[in-house]
Amino acid sequence: MSQTFSQVQTLPAPVAIPLRAIAPWAIFGLLLSMLLIYFTGAEQGATSLIAGHAVHEFVHDGRHLLGFPCH
Amino acid sequence: MAGRLLVRGMVAGILAACLAFLFARIFGEPQVNLAIAFESARDAAAGEAPEPELVSRTVQASFGLLTASIMCGAAYGGIFATAFSVAYGRIGRLSPRALSVLLAGLGFIVFALIPDLKYPPNPPAVGNGATIGLRTTVYFEMIALSVGAGAIAVLLCALLIRKLGQWNGILASIALFIAVIAVAQWRLPDINEVPTDFPAVVLWRFRESSIGMQAVLWTTLGLVFGPMAERVLSSSLGRTPRRSH
Repeated sequence: MSQTFSQVQTLPAPVAIPLRAIAPWAIFGLLLSMLLIYFTGAEQGATSLIAGHAVHEFVHDGRHLLGFPCH
Repeated sequence: MAGRLLVRGMVAGILAACLAFLFARIFGEPQVNLAIAFESARDAAAGEAPEPELVSRTVQASFGLLTASIMCGAAYGGIFATAFSVAYGRIGRLSPRALSVLLAGLGFIVFALIPDLKYPPNPPAVGNGATIGLRTTVYFEMIALSVGAGAIAVLLCALLIRKLGQWNGILASIALFIAVIAVAQWRLPDINEVPTDFPAVVLWRFRESSIGMQAVLWTTLGLVFGPMAERVLSSSLGRTPRRSH
């Protein structure tokens, strides 16, 4: 056990990724994620970009079980 | 590097969603079916014609549920990887695997647990169609407030640790988070649209399986992403990953 702890202590300190390098990926990742959450959680419920109920009905069980208000 | 972490976060999220799908399929679907049976019986008693099935129940409970889980898992994975990229090297000296598990725990709390305390998940037959707009708005507001409060608490944590020491600083930032959430949940409108004769056991079991599904998703995400991130971060330094066992 003591050997394990001493190994942990000798690991090099983690080097932070510069925020400027993260920013474009963060914007892209967060936009894509919000779009995915919108189609899983809200499309053809409270608001609707695509006509009909096909998207709502297809993700119906997932929307309920993932905790989003469904209908 | 942030891009490679983002891709891995989304892949880890999709893997986690597949396990969460299995959990929901086994424990959640029976409750959804019981709730739909209640709804059909109620509609039949009221003399209403049954709703036409646009997508069959079989598809909803298999490909539909899997697709929804994967979309949500990929999204949480993307947000998670972004938070990881920012937090790595900025929160103490945590290793990639330890940071991944810590962030997944926080993700579960702010994305699932806190919103569910105020607006718990509801099975079919619970909920008035006329209020879907309000319910969707306040649900997403609750998530935004919870994520915001979590982010502020983590940012202030470093300052509080400098002022109060490690133990008290962390406790103080948790207390701050709880206080903000308590005020937000107290101010947001209450919603209770459970029909008076809806079986309590079905509602309870449904909510248990729903929070269980989120627990499976976030736990898997945290455990799968850590080793992936470790490989990315150590390969960029020109070293092979250290084997710790």
